[in-house]
Amino acid sequence: MTEDVDRNRRHFLAVATAVTGGAGIAMVAIPFLASLKPSARAQAQGAPVEVPIGSLEPGEMIRIVWRGKLVFVLRRSEEMLERLSATTEFLRDPDSEEVEQQPEYAVNQHRSVKPEFLVLEAACTHLGCIPLSQFDVSPAENWFGGFYCPCHGSRFDLAGRVYKGVPAPTNLRVPPYRFLQNDVILIGIDNTGAA
Amino acid sequence: MGKFMKSITCLVVLMIGASAFAASGEIELEKAGNDPGNTASLQRGARNFMSYCAGCHSAIYVRYKSIARDLELNEEQLIDNLMFNAERPFETIQASMPASDAARWFGRAPPDMSLMARAKGTDYIYNFLRGFYLDPDSPTGVDNLHLSGTSMPNVLWELQGYQRAVFVAGEADEAGTAPHVFDGFESVTTGTMSAKEFDEFVRDTVNFLEYISEPIRRTRRVLGVWVLLFLSFFLFVSWKLYKDIWKDVPK
Amino acid sequence: MARIESEVGTPQGGFMKWIDDRFPFTATMKYHVTEYYASKNFNFWYVFGVLSMLVLVMQFISGIFLTMNYKPDAAEAFASVEYIMRDVEWGWLIRYMHSTGASFMFIVVFLHMFRAMLYGSYRKPRELLWIIGMMIFFTLMAEAFAGYLLPWGQMSYWGAQVIISLFGAIPFIGDALVEIIRGDYSISDITLNRFFALHVIVIPLALIALVFVHIVALHEVGSSNPDGIEIKNKKGPDGIPLDGVAFHPYHTAKDLVAIIIFLMFFSAVMFFAPDLGGYFLEHANFEPANMQVTPEHIAPIWYFTPFYAILRAVPNKLWGTILFAAAVMLPIFLPWLDRSRVSSIRYRGWIYKMALTLFVISFISLGWLGMQPAEQIYVVWARIFAVVYFAFFLLMPYYTAIDKTKPVPDRVVYHG
Repeated sequence: MTEDVDRNRRHFLAVATAVTGGAGIAMVAIPFLASLKPSARAQAQGAPVEVPIGSLEPGEMIRIVWRGKLVFVLRRSEEMLERLSATTEFLRDPDSEEVEQQPEYAVNQHRSVKPEFLVLEAACTHLGCIPLSQFDVSPAENWFGGFYCPCHGSRFDLAGRVYKGVPAPTNLRVPPYRFLQNDVILIGIDNTGAA
Repeated sequence: MGKFMKSITCLVVLMIGASAFAASGEIELEKAGNDPGNTASLQRGARNFMSYCAGCHSAIYVRYKSIARDLELNEEQLIDNLMFNAERPFETIQASMPASDAARWFGRAPPDMSLMARAKGTDYIYNFLRGFYLDPDSPTGVDNLHLSGTSMPNVLWELQGYQRAVFVAGEADEAGTAPHVFDGFESVTTGTMSAKEFDEFVRDTVNFLEYISEPIRRTRRVLGVWVLLFLSFFLFVSWKLYKDIWKDVPK
Repeated sequence: MARIESEVGTPQGGFMKWIDDRFPFTATMKYHVTEYYASKNFNFWYVFGVLSMLVLVMQFISGIFLTMNYKPDAAEAFASVEYIMRDVEWGWLIRYMHSTGASFMFIVVFLHMFRAMLYGSYRKPRELLWIIGMMIFFTLMAEAFAGYLLPWGQMSYWGAQVIISLFGAIPFIGDALVEIIRGDYSISDITLNRFFALHVIVIPLALIALVFVHIVALHEVGSSNPDGIEIKNKKGPDGIPLDGVAFHPYHTAKDLVAIIIFLMFFSAVMFFAPDLGGYFLEHANFEPANMQVTPEHIAPIWYFTPFYAILRAVPNKLWGTILFAAAVMLPIFLPWLDRSRVSSIRYRGWIYKMALTLFVISFISLGWLGMQPAEQIYVVWARIFAVVYFAFFLLMPYYTAIDKTKPVPDRVVYHG
């Protein structure tokens, strides 16, 4: 009878010790794993970038660096915007249904806050190469201007939407951004505060 | 434990304890007496630092937004009161004067203040800032009791006023030379603050310097209490287990 | 079919049997843990081996995470430490764990070695175990020395400058040796980079190998005990030493209590006084290294000061270096210097007790003296205590032989 009580007591104590020890180890592990997150310096260096766009001509594109990545800011002309309808049948995701590739305000044909200005992360959604801008039209090849990736031949239209039959699976990403004024955009943070 | 073991353990503990008291030093340093937990004092000290020190002294490891977080300032208060030569809160405190110019004008670049309180101690800095006295031979017109020949001017003269240092002849050594021994300060001109107010001003500033030398201090002490509480509980549980298991062992 | 005794607890089927058929897992667990018998009368002095391993593991883990953020470049090293302290999430905790651990490692190792001196743990058949332990001690000193340069503070730089220049005292090869160690004509970024490699990879690998071999050697002969007798001399009919209890669960349960108490002391320092008044994190090291300004007062970190005091006590650079090395290495010879009939201090006479007491006094005093400026009065006392330190070892063959001993018991003294 005493044997059983001893065994049970010992088992209980052993489990209690193991659980407490396990909790202790988990609590010690947390700071170490948390230290792997982006540090205050990384966050500082990844802060939103202000981009003046007042001097952009229609059809002109500038390159910005945000969080170590290249971002295209393109001022589309009226004519370029009209061409967006011509590509629809050739596109894999013309209505931007892939949720992760753009914020809500870019779920439209021009994939931007204002139709005139396009903001895109310059990283091909296949394996990350920087796409080249190719704004000349060549209807014979179903090409109405856009971006062409030299690494494996992926093609995107003037709203960054991906063509069918190319290695890249999704549209070029639109980063969070908002207009501070009519001629200044802030890349990295939008009206929801996301960054 | 046997007699010998007890005595040797006592001996070791006593010797180590005694060694902690061995002190050395020349001029007595008054205690800074700052309270690291006093947020209002830290806020005043931050303002003092930015107004009087950051012109020449950087604090390159300190971010403005960290100061706001720890000293309970909102972004507006931060920008209005502390950010004079920086734009974004995540920036670090840079000196207004370029280091190369400072080195040329003063002979050496003013040292960074991020860790000065840990390197020299709060008492030293408290006494240093109050230890300037008139010296007509010096290029800045002053010298400092605690760092003779310092190239730092007395930036706080408007608040403290100017003082003179009184030296008396001390005990002569074997060679017959009597050293100059410091015997106190004499006020020459008064500043905008009384002595007590000025001391408080310096105390707040030193408090801020202590904070920036280790911003995590408060957090680590709070966390330490929880850690020790957890370990006490863990000790209790494991002790019970140990005692139970060792019941098996015959004497 | 009768079950063979040694197969009790051996898996007969399933996953564990698959493993055991290919790898001596269960056999190893039995030999080294569940059927490794150590004396039941271990006292508090016997925890320091386990605690040394614990601190070593803590240093490894905290060190790995520090390495992820530290920059071994003279222009960036100091700043990267502050980056860890301020910008990296929980970086301060990782840094303090490592700096506190460095000092506690030496506290624990000194007490571990002192246990051996109390109970004759270095005596036959444990001489090799002791020698391996001394190798670990030297390696730890090298590891600490290399590590101390990394923060690139004033004390890091100037402490390294002083100690490395000691090697210059060696005749003929001295200057070339110093240049090879530094990799440059003075301590520089090049030195920092190679000390980083030493501290992070080379010496830790050596430490792992040495600790492994240390435990293998221990398990071969079995642990000693506070009575200094061999428990293997009195075995039961089952071949188990009568005074032995299995390492697991008996010593594991007991060590766990010791570990927690140790962690309480460790945490108290780490969370409430990580600088420990300038002894664990020296004030001068909060200033970046400046090769144009020597700090007023250069002293090595506290765990090197006893030996440093001996070095400074000698007025000749070469002989100071030689005696410094001798002081560190002399304990290796303890198994052969100790001529007593008994191992444990419990059965030794008053002469050894007095000698050991004087040794402790001189070691601690030398430690304190090593921190003081090199003024005459301190040098005189350092000389006196250095003589006592060396006399403890060099006269040992004589005084341990004549010391009156008490009869040693058959079985260990254990009252529960």
